[in-house]
Amino acid sequence: MTVEERTTLVEMRNISVAFGGVHAVKNVSIDLYAGEVVGLVGGNGAGKSTLMRVLSGAHPADTGEILITGDPVTIRSPRDAKAYNIETIYQTLALADNIDAPGNLFLGRERTGRTGGLDDSSMEAETRKIMGRLNPNFTRFKLPVKSLSGGQRQAVAIARAVYFNARILIMDEPTAALGPAETAQVRNLVRQLKEDGIGIFLISHDIHDVFDLSDRISVMYHGEIVDTVKKDDVTADDVLGMIILGKKPDEVTEKDRAAIELRG
Amino acid sequence: MSNEADTAPVSGQAQTEPPARTSVRALFAQTEIDLRLFGMLLALAAILLVFHIWSGGKLVRPVNMITMGVQASGIAIIATGMVLVIVSRNIDLSVGSLVGLIAMSYALLMTDWFPRVFGIPPDAPFQWVLALAIGIGIGAFFGAIQGFIIAYIGVPSFIVTLGGLFSIRGLVWFQSQGAGVTGIDPTFQLIGGGALGSAGETITWGLGLLGCIAVVALLYNSRRQRRRYGFPTRPMWAEVVLVAAGCVASLGVAWFANQSFWPKGLADQYAADHGITPPPGGLQIATGIPFPILLLLGVTLVMTWLATRRRFGRYVYAYGGNPDAAELAGINTRFTILKTYVVMGILCALAAAIATARLNGATLDIGTGYELYVIAAAVIGGTSFAGGIGTIPGAVVGAFVMQAIQYGLAFNNVNSAGQNVVLGLVLIVAVGFDTLNRRHGS
Ligand SMILES: Nc1ncnc2c1ncn2[C@@H]1O[C@H](COP(=O)(O)OP(=O)(O)O)[C@@H](O)[C@H]1O
Ligand SMILES: [Mg+2]
Repeated sequence: MTVEERTTLVEMRNISVAFGGVHAVKNVSIDLYAGEVVGLVGGNGAGKSTLMRVLSGAHPADTGEILITGDPVTIRSPRDAKAYNIETIYQTLALADNIDAPGNLFLGRERTGRTGGLDDSSMEAETRKIMGRLNPNFTRFKLPVKSLSGGQRQAVAIARAVYFNARILIMDEPTAALGPAETAQVRNLVRQLKEDGIGIFLISHDIHDVFDLSDRISVMYHGEIVDTVKKDDVTADDVLGMIILGKKPDEVTEKDRAAIELRG
Repeated sequence: MSNEADTAPVSGQAQTEPPARTSVRALFAQTEIDLRLFGMLLALAAILLVFHIWSGGKLVRPVNMITMGVQASGIAIIATGMVLVIVSRNIDLSVGSLVGLIAMSYALLMTDWFPRVFGIPPDAPFQWVLALAIGIGIGAFFGAIQGFIIAYIGVPSFIVTLGGLFSIRGLVWFQSQGAGVTGIDPTFQLIGGGALGSAGETITWGLGLLGCIAVVALLYNSRRQRRRYGFPTRPMWAEVVLVAAGCVASLGVAWFANQSFWPKGLADQYAADHGITPPPGGLQIATGIPFPILLLLGVTLVMTWLATRRRFGRYVYAYGGNPDAAELAGINTRFTILKTYVVMGILCALAAAIATARLNGATLDIGTGYELYVIAAAVIGGTSFAGGIGTIPGAVVGAFVMQAIQYGLAFNNVNSAGQNVVLGLVLIVAVGFDTLNRRHGS
């Protein structure tokens, strides 16, 4: 396990992304080891989703490079990313609302019979299996996912990422739509996947989620990484301070501290 | 982990099924019949009934219904493709012009180009196959060009196909230098239906029987699949109802079609040619199902299969439901869109064959206005411009609803202006009904 943990799964070096004049991601470097959870935090619009969309192949980087297990790779499309076993749970879930759960789970990777026809029964069976693990109360396998609750839709999106043997998993706000019980389920899932040696980038608004699950935490502020810290070296307040002020704990002045106090 | 997973489907079974309710909706849920399609078939029956009564009981006769069906077949064939185009958030306004171009091509091929350019004699057998193949090629070609500009260059489909509507219609004039063309291959003419262009009594019965067998086979296969994976299956009574309904429908249509007979002149001619002494009142030869309706039937089956059983169809619907999701799933969305237009081109070639065959040639304005009827048929059939929603059988029934209204009104001596007023209102009412229904449902 210790040897495995030292395998660098992902290295993103000097990544920049701009939307017109908006520099969403500025010269960011971040890495991820096998069996590790890296929490990615930051205020709204800090650039977390954009950075991860680069790794998912959803959006090209303007500059920078990506290495997977040490080898430079080009990821131009979601298909490329999936070929490297990078799976993503998007913040928007990216579900086709008019299609049922099995259809969404296997979207783009359908199972087919000998003549190339969709094998819906086998896809439904597989979906029932994995949903039985992730969300045992899930029964609406034949309905368009539009008619599902937020939690169930999230479960479908999670199932899709987990089903295809991810090696690198990106979870962008995976618990945003979930109640306490379902959130606990997702936490257990993250721990289990980590045990299996999967590397996980976890974006979350919930600082407790992040503290609970992450090994390291990267804080983004206005498109830049403020710092990447080992969870055990910092407190939740330190991280909160970095998120709000965009400064490392030892750079924070008395004045900054007073400002935070004032804000509550 | 795998043990746990293997038992999972069982846990998703019977006990989680909704409790049996006796409401109509629940009954339909159990048979898994498309409620909307069923409602539309009822509406179609009601429309025919109203016009039937209005006409003093003269409208709903085999001969009339067959004529109506043949008239609807071209629009219905193209409408099956329009469903895919609209589902994937596009539109195709060029279908009428493309039908015109291909129809003129068929006519010119068989009257002029084959004998003059290719050296094929005018009475050569199988020239209809060659003509059809070339027509399909032309359709696919123009579909591919428009699809490419829409999908890969990113020009809105409304603009591209509006341009297509103008310029392709213009090409028709250049093809024939502004003249109409008549006198095509007699075998090709059979594609248009009529007494000779029909399957005849025996084959029609055979097809009815085949339909019955197909229903049983499909249901049995689906039930076996679901059994195999331990999914909940339909209750037995529902299966029996479905088999009965399917068989009554397919054998009923066969019987009905066989109640239509050759016109007296043709039958007498046949009797004379074959040395038969006709009984008093003349020889009664059943026409059975006309070929254009058979073609429509085949197209409906193939298109439904494409839409529901193939990756292509799945991607079309996924793109329509959420283009970003389709993109992020790694689907080649551009190629998918391009293919919908190629399919449209091919369907236009089939519809053009029916039109050319019925006219025994081509005029300059053949197919004009098709785009409006086709779009209306798809929309009346439940296709939504919001994307992602629509069914092939729905569009076919939509085309029949429109034709029934037109034919029924014409039968009762309402002129085409009056027909248009009613058609327009029906279109609005149908979509309004859908809108309310969806708002209610969600
Ligand atoms: N597709 C886009 N087009 C234009 N601007 C975008 C786009 N996506 C993100 N942005 C901008 O980039 C910045 C970072 O956004 P995002 O990565 O979503 O932040 P986060 O996920 O940290 O909340 C924001 O200012 C946002 O408005
Ligand atoms: Mg985000």
